This record gives sequence, structure tokens and C-alpha cells, in this order.
Amino acid sequence: MSIDLKTVKHISKLARISIDDEKANKLKGDLNNIFEFIEKLNELNTDNVQALTSIAETTLRFRKDEIKSENIREKILKNSPEENKDFFVVPKVVE
Amino acid sequence: MSDITSQSLFELTSNIKEKKLSSEEITKAFIDRAEKSKKLNVYVTDNFEKAIDQSNKFDSNPNFDLKLPGIPIAVKDLFCTNGVRTTAGSKILNNFVPTYESTVTQNLWSQGAILLGKLNCDEFAMGSSNETSFFGNVQNPVGENLVPGGSSGGSSAAVAANLTPVTIGTDTGGSIRQPASFTGTVGLKPTYGSCSRYGIVAFASSLDQAGPMTKNVRDCSMLLEVISSFDQKDSTSIDYKRNNYSKELSKDIKGKKIGIPKEYRVDNMPEEIEQLWKNGISYAKDCGAEIIDISLPHTNYALPTYYIVAPAEASSNLARYDGVKYGFRSPGQNLIEMYEKTRSEGFGDEVKRRIMIGTYVLSSGYYDAYYLKAQKVRQLIKKDFDDVFSKVDAILTPSTPSSAFKIGEKTNDPVSMYLNDIFTVPINLAGLPGISIPAGKDKNNYPLGLQVIGKPFDEQNILNISYALEDKINFKNDISDWWLSE
Repeated sequence: MSIDLKTVKHISKLARISIDDEKANKLKGDLNNIFEFIEKLNELNTDNVQALTSIAETTLRFRKDEIKSENIREKILKNSPEENKDFFVVPKVVE
Repeated sequence: MSDITSQSLFELTSNIKEKKLSSEEITKAFIDRAEKSKKLNVYVTDNFEKAIDQSNKFDSNPNFDLKLPGIPIAVKDLFCTNGVRTTAGSKILNNFVPTYESTVTQNLWSQGAILLGKLNCDEFAMGSSNETSFFGNVQNPVGENLVPGGSSGGSSAAVAANLTPVTIGTDTGGSIRQPASFTGTVGLKPTYGSCSRYGIVAFASSLDQAGPMTKNVRDCSMLLEVISSFDQKDSTSIDYKRNNYSKELSKDIKGKKIGIPKEYRVDNMPEEIEQLWKNGISYAKDCGAEIIDISLPHTNYALPTYYIVAPAEASSNLARYDGVKYGFRSPGQNLIEMYEKTRSEGFGDEVKRRIMIGTYVLSSGYYDAYYLKAQKVRQLIKKDFDDVFSKVDAILTPSTPSSAFKIGEKTNDPVSMYLNDIFTVPINLAGLPGISIPAGKDKNNYPLGLQVIGKPFDEQNILNISYALEDKINFKNDISDWWLSE
């Protein structure tokens, strides 16, 4: 199986990474090399194998739902890319 | 007394406790050396001024009961440090200053350590040579224009070059052990769930672990003791009684059963590595260990499995970098265009490649063929280890299939770069602890490492085996300080 240019563009759309044609062609080559290497897994019959879902054999813990940090608005907004006081700013989304 | 910066953590700690050295003297010595070592490019961000203030504070009111009393330590730039820029080696986090502290670094400061600065690494820890960093490649102190390994390349170079007494790195597929092997230092990846992942920039959440990188095994045990802890803030942190690793460190490994997996004898492995492994086996025998031939039949499938699982998790984790809440933003006409431009300009090529692989294997129609398949093979790989650990106490293998390579040598061939991690990746997939110790040199005089793999939570055992082997190997890292400037 090989990945064509159309698929590369589709994946880049899904991944929200814009790429030009030159980059897309380079990526096509890289991805095909990598997937050729990955295809090795098809040698194995895994019909009766259960997929591993967690490497740490624990069940998730419950905790009380309580507020531990208060008044952290400033901290949360501190690293936002656009200067503002109270909100994250993004390009207009509603016409 | 030997030069301050060449002392081990154990020596520095003793000298501080015996008041032969002050925290300020030690901190200044490391800073002076760093100022002359810019050519290595180990630091992304330094914290020198604050570090001197903190060392003064320690000296004026010292607490010698702490495990790292006034010891300056630089850490990989993947750990969030409150108020100190944290980049993960990426343009997209170039201006990110965390308002919180990772648990593992908090454990260091709680035991008296002082932050020296943040060390270079591959972007988002994706790489095996430190060449994917937005902040440029790192020089291996072992030789000019040689990679220090990766992704914890700034960390391994800093320890080998005496720019920090010890450091912490992170290991997703070999990112602590491979750079340790390339620089003649010691690096340990703990059992998954031992060290908290809270506040570490996430790469692949089911594989990532933080661990110590040091000059020797004793320092490694001292540092592991500090950073390993149960943490409510990490849902996969495991609550078990941690050892007092340094106190229980012992060279007595008589009767220990050590497995030698035949599948690690890969094609085209250099003769020197084969010889290194044989030497390791004979040293283990000299120490009274019993050598047992074992088989880990699915070893060859570990790398392809890893290159599905790790990118899949990475593509999900890195979805958060959208230019909205923090980090770099590239403006766009609308929201989608802003996302696409931000991510296209903010991420480097290797990170984009892995996001693309991950997005593909998780996308509709391919999930079963790739991701589910990989999770099944991961089960088989884990079972291989479960089976042999009913017969042996630990496993001995080479750490890497080669010594350090030249900068630029493998950058155009992702798959050949990935093959670097052939001996380290299976251990992450199975969640086991593994340590790399320097064990010899190749014909170019570049260091080579041996890896000891243990049962889950059996860090003490692999530390003890390494401690015994280290004594027999008696490795000397003769580094010439070629990079120093006045």
C-alpha cells in the first residue's frame, strides 16, 4: 500500500498543518518509507490477542470534586498570544 | 580536593555537609564553566543569577538533612518550571513561561537543589540526536561534531562535560539511555508509573517517564530516590513503597539470574558491540551472577509498533498547540487558517512528520489496521518479558547498535535514525525499568553502553547489578575539554 499526494493533503487537513506542494511531496516519500517499515507487523497473526490498553495495571482513582486553586484567571491568561484582560482572543468565528 | 565541577553528586553532597564547600562556591564553579562552554549549546535558558541568590540563601540558613543540600542542577527543557521559560525545544513554546512546577522538579527543590537552567533537547523529545531542536544541535563533549544522542542530548552532554553534577531527562523510546550511552554517562528509565508525569510536556503518554542522568551508578540511585514519588496529579502514578535506593545499593549480586536475549544479536551489529556485550556477560559471571540464554521472540516488531503508538499519542497530545491559549501564534484570516499557519510555522519537520503519521493511523478506516494492530503486538511484546521474568531477575543487552554518529549523518533518513532505539524501545512498550551504563569504547574512542532491564518496580536490582558491573568495567571517560573558550 502506498500513500499518495491526495492522502498526504487530507492528513494535513485533519492535523491542521498547512503544507505546500513541495513539502507534501517530500512528506509523501518519508511517510511511505516509514509505513513500509511499519507493515512488518502484518507478518503477525493477532486475531486472538487482546489489545493492550494500559501499561500501568491500575484502575483510575476517584477523588472528591473540589476546588483547589482559586483566583488563577491571571495565571491562566498570562501566556495567551494576544494581549487582553479577561479573555482569550481569536479571529472572528461568527459572521 | 579535585576540581569542583568534576566531582560526583555523592562527593559534592558530602563536601557541603562537612562544610568543605559552600553551595555558592559550587554554583559559581558550574556557572563559570558554563560561560566557557557555549560552543556545546547545552543551555536553552539559564537561571544563573537566581541560582546564585538561592545558593546564598541556602548558605545563610543551611539544612544538611536534605538529600540535595544546596546542589545546583540543570534539567531538560521538557519539565515545566514555575517562572522559568520552558520550550520543549520548540518554536511553538518559545515564549512559554509556566505558572506551575512539574512534580519531579518540585521534588528536587524540596530536597534543597537549585535550578541552574534548562537544557536543550530534541523538539518535543522527538529525535535521537538533538538535531530536531529549534535551538540548534548540541555538541557531544566526547568529540567535535558528534551528536550527544537524543532526545535528552543537552542533558547527556551537560553531565559528560561537567556542566551540572547530575540531571533529569525523559525517556519515551530511549531518550535517556541512548544519549547516556553516546556520552559515557549513566541514565535510568524507571518503571512506568514511578515518576510523576505532571508538568512534563507530553509526547506519548503511555510511554513517557522521567529519570536520572548521572556520572555514576551511586549518583543515579541518589537522584532516583528524590524524584520517584506517588502523585495524585498523575492518574497513572502508582502508589507503592519506594526503596531507599542509595542506602540499599549493593555490589553483591551473587546468584542473580541474568538473561541474555538472542534476538538482540541483530544483523550488521558492529563487532565491537558484540565484544562489549561478551565482556559484560563475563563480568556478571565474575560477580557470581548466573547467565541464562533467553528468547524475546517479538523483539523485531517493537520498533514498528512504537512508530504507530508513539506518533498516535503524540498527534493527540500536540492537538493542544493551536495558538489560542499559549505559545506561538501566526495570524490568519479566520480561525482554521490561524490554526493551520500556527502549527505549520510553529512545529519543526520531525514533529510534523510524527503528527502526520499519528493522525493517519488514528483516522477513520485505518484505526484497526494500524493502531489496534500495534496495541495487540504491544501485548505480545509485554508477554515476552512477563514470560522470561519468571526465569530471570534481569536482562543484559547493549544499549545502542552503534556509538555516537556525526552531526548531519542521519538527518535525511528518518528510518535509519529510528533504528538507533532498537534496543531501548521494547522496554518502554512493556513499561519496564532500564538503565544504561558506560561499558567500553569503540575504535574511535567513543563510549558504548550496556543496558540492564528489570522487572516492574525492581529498580534496586538493576541499580545493584549496574553498580557491580561498573566496578569491574572501570570505565574512564577521557574528555579533553576541546570546546572551552576563555
